[in-house]
Amino acid sequence: MISSIVFILIATGALGFFGWQVSKIRSNIFLGREIDRTDQAGKRWKTMILVAFGQKKMFTRPIPALLHLCIYSAFIITQIELIEIFIDGATGSHRIFRPSLGGFYTFMISFIEVLSFLALIATVIFLLRRNVLKLKRLNMDEMKGWPKFDANLILFMEIVLVTCIFTMNGADEVLYQRGLSHAENLGDGSFNFLLSTFFAENIFSGFSTESLIALERIGWWGHIAMVFGFLNYLPFSKHLHIVLAFPNTYYSNLEAKGRFTNMESVTAEVKLMMDPNADPYAAPAEPVGEPQRFGAKDVADLSWKSLLDAYTCTECGRCTSVCPANQTGKLLSPRKIMMDTRDRLEEVGDAKRKNGKDFEDGKSLINDYITPEEIWACTSCNACVQECPVNIDPLSIIMELRRYQVMEESKVPTELAGMLTNIDNNGAPWQFSQNDRANWKDEQ
Amino acid sequence: MAEMLAEGKSPDILFWVGCSGSFDDRAKKITKAIAKILHHCEVSFAILGNEESCSGDPAKRAGNEFTFQMQAMMNIQVLEGYEVKRIVTGCPHCFNTLKNEYPELGGNYEVLHHTQLIQDLINTGKLAIKGGEIFKGKKITFHDPCYLGRANNVYEAPRELITKLDAELVEMKRCKTNGLCCGAGGAQMFKEAEKGDKEINIERTEDALETSPNIIATGCPFCNTMMTDGVKNKEKEDSIQVMDVAELIANAMEL
Repeated sequence: MISSIVFILIATGALGFFGWQVSKIRSNIFLGREIDRTDQAGKRWKTMILVAFGQKKMFTRPIPALLHLCIYSAFIITQIELIEIFIDGATGSHRIFRPSLGGFYTFMISFIEVLSFLALIATVIFLLRRNVLKLKRLNMDEMKGWPKFDANLILFMEIVLVTCIFTMNGADEVLYQRGLSHAENLGDGSFNFLLSTFFAENIFSGFSTESLIALERIGWWGHIAMVFGFLNYLPFSKHLHIVLAFPNTYYSNLEAKGRFTNMESVTAEVKLMMDPNADPYAAPAEPVGEPQRFGAKDVADLSWKSLLDAYTCTECGRCTSVCPANQTGKLLSPRKIMMDTRDRLEEVGDAKRKNGKDFEDGKSLINDYITPEEIWACTSCNACVQECPVNIDPLSIIMELRRYQVMEESKVPTELAGMLTNIDNNGAPWQFSQNDRANWKDEQ
Repeated sequence: MAEMLAEGKSPDILFWVGCSGSFDDRAKKITKAIAKILHHCEVSFAILGNEESCSGDPAKRAGNEFTFQMQAMMNIQVLEGYEVKRIVTGCPHCFNTLKNEYPELGGNYEVLHHTQLIQDLINTGKLAIKGGEIFKGKKITFHDPCYLGRANNVYEAPRELITKLDAELVEMKRCKTNGLCCGAGGAQMFKEAEKGDKEINIERTEDALETSPNIIATGCPFCNTMMTDGVKNKEKEDSIQVMDVAELIANAMEL
């Protein structure tokens, strides 16, 4: 009875705190500019099912994809077991579904055990890849400090979680064999779960009944504590991708990757300039809505999708590992662009909640987080966009930052300023006369 | 185009030459190869000549949306004036911009990259590749231009053309969706690279050299420049040629 009350209190607290964090993230994301990503629902569902649910893009790198699949499928399937754990926790029952589901219950728990064990192996390999093999993409400059700790902590939590599951099931199995489990005795002498029966025989059978009761409870509470802990750690961690991968792929850019947005405010200006009937002395039209900055100086100038991208990024570094600029020693790392955007967004969001929505701290995404040298190293080749397993688009952030640099600050690299002048003057990036365009026709 | 209009003729397709194709001495050879193929197949085509202007791609990628949209709107006015419906470009950057970024500004055309048009000519029986013996036993590797490949998912048209030649198509370890940029995109063509420990075109040339090719083929004048420089840097210009797919076809046909 007391344990039920404790459970309900913890569960309510955990879910409430998680909800509060989610609402903060949501309001941060909506600091971004409007962009319509609600069209073509059918295609969007398909993208989400293939890319997020089906892990399609992960499989361009088969080894990490397989290891990741072990953890991913264990995670998804374990959610079913959580239903029972919740009911047991809240009502004081024990393995409430077992009598009614019978053989199917045995199968499901066995299945979860196998997946959990595979996940455990994958987790250990992931830890080795990160910390012993020191894979380059997992150990670059932007990964030092908190990001590295974050990644290792999640993997460590995973090991504790799986250990709790096997402690719980293994100890309970021995208790059941001794006729002392709280689960309803069906007279069959064993739960017959695939792996915990093995652990019961080889590890837990020598323990006293008192120890086993304690161990079973430690496993059960440890497991649920990890679940709630993990849930509430997510909003502060790169691991948020397990949730946001789904909406992020749903709202993917469905256009050709080469198509960059046309700035509407500029279109209006250019149309006016080219209109022969426009009155040059006319008073400027009343601006509609608030005037917007050209490009992005700070996170609120980016689209909400770019901000969702930033929260979805799990810092795997595939983007950076394929970036031509990064591979040749330039400062640009698409992953760092995403990490900086998230860090800055958290900072801006917190400050606005504390000091009111018009608060400015005098800092900005460009310069204080991302340097001009980084954004000017980009070749806009779309390799990062292609590679991202959850359809994040670092390139659109880079382009918005460039637009701000050029159109608001007039900070253009010298050679590019020359190129732009040439286009303005003679319709080509080089200094050639437009009249010579067809000379090739008559040259040999 | 103006001449054809004066004669009361309306061409089936406009050949958008592009700035490189008009002014760069190396790229002009690619332009001529494309024109020769079109003539050979008796395609009714025209060029804008001195009415063509930069598509605006480098301006847009350099962050100057004003210059881009000014170029785009002026070009659209010219294209509308001639009632252009179909366009073939000699450059993936023009191709991408005209195809993807002009429609929203009022310019709706069917835009093809030259490798797509040549493939189309073969498929419809207007072009039969005879000869090709000059490539017998040669190894050709294809470098995917980013703005043709990843940007627009055109990977097969250039490859199908190469396989029509009597040559062996060898793929680099990074190709198609995984292809490495030559280093010129995003307006990098017009500036020195940022500080680093290597030039991107050297990295890409090394990919190509691993396949020990006789010819590095590509479909973009910028890529052509970058790969040519890379091959020179490796002092392989005597044994390895960098050529556009259009030039391969024109040479095979002895046009």
